[in-house]
Amino acid sequence: MAWLFLLPMLAIMAVVTGFPLLNTLWLAFTDASLTGRGYDWNWSGFENFAYLIDDENFRVALGYTFYFTIVSVAIEMLLGVLVALLLNQEFFGRTLVRTLLILPWALPTIVNAMMWRLIYNPEFGSLNALLLQFGLIDSYRSWLGVPGTAMNMVILADVWKNYPLIALIVLGALQTIPRDLYEAAAIDGAGPWKRFWHITFPGILAPFSVALILRTIEAFKVFDIIYVMTRGGPADTTKTASFFVYQESFSYLRAGSGAAYAVAVTLLSGLLITAYIVILRRRERTS
Amino acid sequence: MMARTPLASVLVYAAVAVLVVSILAPVFWLFIMSISGTKELTELPLHWIPQEPDFSRYARLFTLEEGSSGREFLFALRNSLSVALMATGVALVAGVPAAYSFSRFPGRMGLLYGVLVTYMMPPVALILPLYMVFSWLGLLNSQAALVIVYCTILLPFVTWLLKSGFDSVPVEIEQAAQIDGAGIFQTLFHVTLPVAAAALGTAALFALLLAWDEFFYALLYTSDIRSKTLPVAIGDFAAGRATDYGLISAVGVLASLPPVLIGFFLQKSLIAGLSAGSVKG
Repeated sequence: MAWLFLLPMLAIMAVVTGFPLLNTLWLAFTDASLTGRGYDWNWSGFENFAYLIDDENFRVALGYTFYFTIVSVAIEMLLGVLVALLLNQEFFGRTLVRTLLILPWALPTIVNAMMWRLIYNPEFGSLNALLLQFGLIDSYRSWLGVPGTAMNMVILADVWKNYPLIALIVLGALQTIPRDLYEAAAIDGAGPWKRFWHITFPGILAPFSVALILRTIEAFKVFDIIYVMTRGGPADTTKTASFFVYQESFSYLRAGSGAAYAVAVTLLSGLLITAYIVILRRRERTS
Repeated sequence: MMARTPLASVLVYAAVAVLVVSILAPVFWLFIMSISGTKELTELPLHWIPQEPDFSRYARLFTLEEGSSGREFLFALRNSLSVALMATGVALVAGVPAAYSFSRFPGRMGLLYGVLVTYMMPPVALILPLYMVFSWLGLLNSQAALVIVYCTILLPFVTWLLKSGFDSVPVEIEQAAQIDGAGIFQTLFHVTLPVAAAALGTAALFALLLAWDEFFYALLYTSDIRSKTLPVAIGDFAAGRATDYGLISAVGVLASLPPVLIGFFLQKSLIAGLSAGSVKG
């Protein structure tokens, strides 16, 4: 009976996930090209992987992916904790502000990307207008058109959308920490810094680490925000790993090598996912 | 809570003000752009507040005229709605029994984690074979293709979320029903599901949000108004050369309304679900 109930799910997953995954793995060892009528292919052994290892462009794309992942997730976690600590204070309108944090999270990813693209617009954008009127810049800039700046502006847009989620998670944990712990610590003479590291931080550590690793897994896959904001440009400086696989497969129609890159990306994601599962299981066992 | 000094209070309120402005300003600007005249948006120096709010773009988006942007928008809206609803339906039909099985017959944790892994796997691992299969079946550029491929995301997600939902339904009430002679199907439908209705509703709404937000697969497997979803249509609008920024903004505002409303509605369970680590970022 237990298995009967699982059957529909397992059958669907085998068809939509299991088969394509194995098929990608097979493709990676061929020289297939993507045509309208199926693959034209021959075995090519490890050729795709040998090429991939030496591929300067792929290494660069991975570099940008790591940069995007590390910088955006680090800022999101830091801002998330700071905002959660702020919202854990008592002030007028607290519930309303907490509800407001849902807004960036609920905004569709593509709308967020499009919104920031318009804000950054080099000719008519509001960011340029704002900075100019405050005298912070002396002429309009092309925020997404300059290598070096573009990626950081994409990160800013990503951070705006994603840190509120972290703040909500951390806030939920903060509210479970008993108040008298702080009072006792204060009586014992512990300063704010000490109280944070000895009471607050252990209290939020578990949800913090889960959020950290989930965000890292998501950020590593980044595609949509890049596609809408920069299409990988300028000069490929925002071309991340997922975008690289997309182009190799669907712009250059090289299914075989596209699949090999996809396998590489999936393996790297796999490391992160494994870390996540290990943490989850450890939590399960201790609780 | 310990008493705050006046200075600390001022700092807290100042920080809250910065926070509120930073969240609201971009969204507010999106709305302003959608009701500003085209000239006002391309004039320097920039007008922050339109002299006369112009809602004509919203009216234009609700016309079906051949070749109009309204037609593109309305078809995309229809596609997004029907794909999200159908995919969520399929995910629930297969996910409810699976989650129930995981919850009531424990011991297959490996499989459950396997389900979770497929949910987090990057889509690039699947895009090529799925493309070939859809092309072979003549399903490219169809809603059906998206419903099928969204199962790769929604089904594991729903299963994972519902499993913890069922875990919190006490086994005793099921045993009572079974003593009265109810079979396992009857127990599930008449006893367990009504008790877990809130969890079921939450899972369905989250699944709808996920499907509504999806872009990568939709970009690859759709090509015209028959199946393009809102995110893809917005991507098109945004990439167009001679674009009306206000019109793009209006589409963005409209596409955001359903998920934002659902998001506010879900607030409580969102925070609970987040703490359980089961919600995608």
